[in-house]
Amino acid sequence: MKEFRADLHIHSVLSPCGDLDMSPRQIIGRARQMQIDILGISDHNSTRHGPLMRRLGKENGIFVLTGAEVTSREEVHCLTFFEDDMQLALFQEYLDRYIMAFPNDPERFGHQVVVDENGNIIDEEKNLLIYSIDQGVDQIAKTVHDLGGLFIPAHVNRQRNSMISQLGFIPQDIGADALEISRHITKSEFLELYPSLAGFTFIQSSDAHFPADIGRACSLLRLGETSFSEIRMALLKEQGRGVVLP
Amino acid sequence: MDQNNYKMKVSELVEKLGLKVHSGESNLDKEVWGGYVSDLLSDVMGNAGEGMVWITLQTHKNIMAIASLKELAAVILVRDLLPDDDTAASSEAEGIPVLGTSLRTFDIAGKLYEILKNNNLPQGS
Repeated sequence: MKEFRADLHIHSVLSPCGDLDMSPRQIIGRARQMQIDILGISDHNSTRHGPLMRRLGKENGIFVLTGAEVTSREEVHCLTFFEDDMQLALFQEYLDRYIMAFPNDPERFGHQVVVDENGNIIDEEKNLLIYSIDQGVDQIAKTVHDLGGLFIPAHVNRQRNSMISQLGFIPQDIGADALEISRHITKSEFLELYPSLAGFTFIQSSDAHFPADIGRACSLLRLGETSFSEIRMALLKEQGRGVVLP
Repeated sequence: MDQNNYKMKVSELVEKLGLKVHSGESNLDKEVWGGYVSDLLSDVMGNAGEGMVWITLQTHKNIMAIASLKELAAVILVRDLLPDDDTAASSEAEGIPVLGTSLRTFDIAGKLYEILKNNNLPQGS
C-alpha cells in the first residue's frame, strides 16, 4: 500500500473561467512539478479534454481521472469521474442532451475551446458551460453510477453552488462516493460545523483555474496501485484503502 | 408582516390566488401569517419561520425536509413547475401542502404580500 498525491478538481482552458495557459500539456507539466500522482480533469459540464489528458498523463507518469464538474438544475456542482473513454463518451452524450441551449459569449464569459496536445484549437463548445444542465442532482447521481462512475458533490463547504447551500443539507440517499471540501477550510473545521457528515470520505482539491493553483490542495490516497477501481475502493474505505487529508 | 397579525388559512390563499394543489390536499387548514422567497435552501433554513408560505422554483425533495423543519405552512412552486415524485410523497407524509402557480416569483410574491397585508388592516378601515 502506498500514498499517492491526488488533486481531483482541475479546470482546463475548456472551462470559460479556465486560464488560457491551462492546456492539457501545461496542466500535466505543472502537475509533474507539483509531484501530483493522480489528477482529476473536471471542466464545467464538458468532458472533452478527458481522453487527451488521460493520454498525456500516461506518457508523463500521472494517472488522470476523467470526468466533468456538472451543474445540476438546483445549481449544485458535482464532480463526476469515469473509468474509460467509452463511459466518458456516453456521459458526454448525456451532457449534450441536457445542457441548456444558451450560446456562450466569449467576450463576457471566456473561451470554451478544445485543444490538441500542441495547444492548437480543434473544437469549441458553443453553449455556455457554466449554466446548469436540465437534470436534478438525483438524476445525475443515478446516471453517473449506472455508467460505473464516481459521484462527488464539490466544495460542499462553499456558500454557493454547493449541495449544502443549494439543498440545505446532503440528502442521505444521494449516494455520494465522497464529499469534496475546498482549500479554504480544513476537514476538522468543516466537521465542527457539520458533525453529522463525519461518516463520509472527504477529498480536498485545488479547483485550479490557473497553473499556479494546481496542487495547492490535495488528498493523499492510500492505494495498492493507481487505477480507477483502487481509487473507488479508497473513497469507499475498502480493503485497507483510504483517503487522508494532509 | 408580523406573527401577531391576523392569520389566513392555506385554503383561503389557494382560493384567492388561484393556486393548484399538487400534494398535501388534506392539510390546507394550516394558518399563514407571512412568506419567504428564496431558492437557496440553506438560506430558507436560516431565515424562514413557522407559519410562513415559501415561494421557490426548487422541486427537489429536500424542500419538504426544510419546510417540515421550519414548520412552514405551505410551499408554492412558481412557473408551473411540478414537485418531483418523492417531493410530493414527502409532502403527503409531512402534512405540508405543495401548491403551484403559473406566475413568476415576483408576481406571486406581490399578490401574496398584498393579500396578507390587506387582511391585516384594522377592521373598518
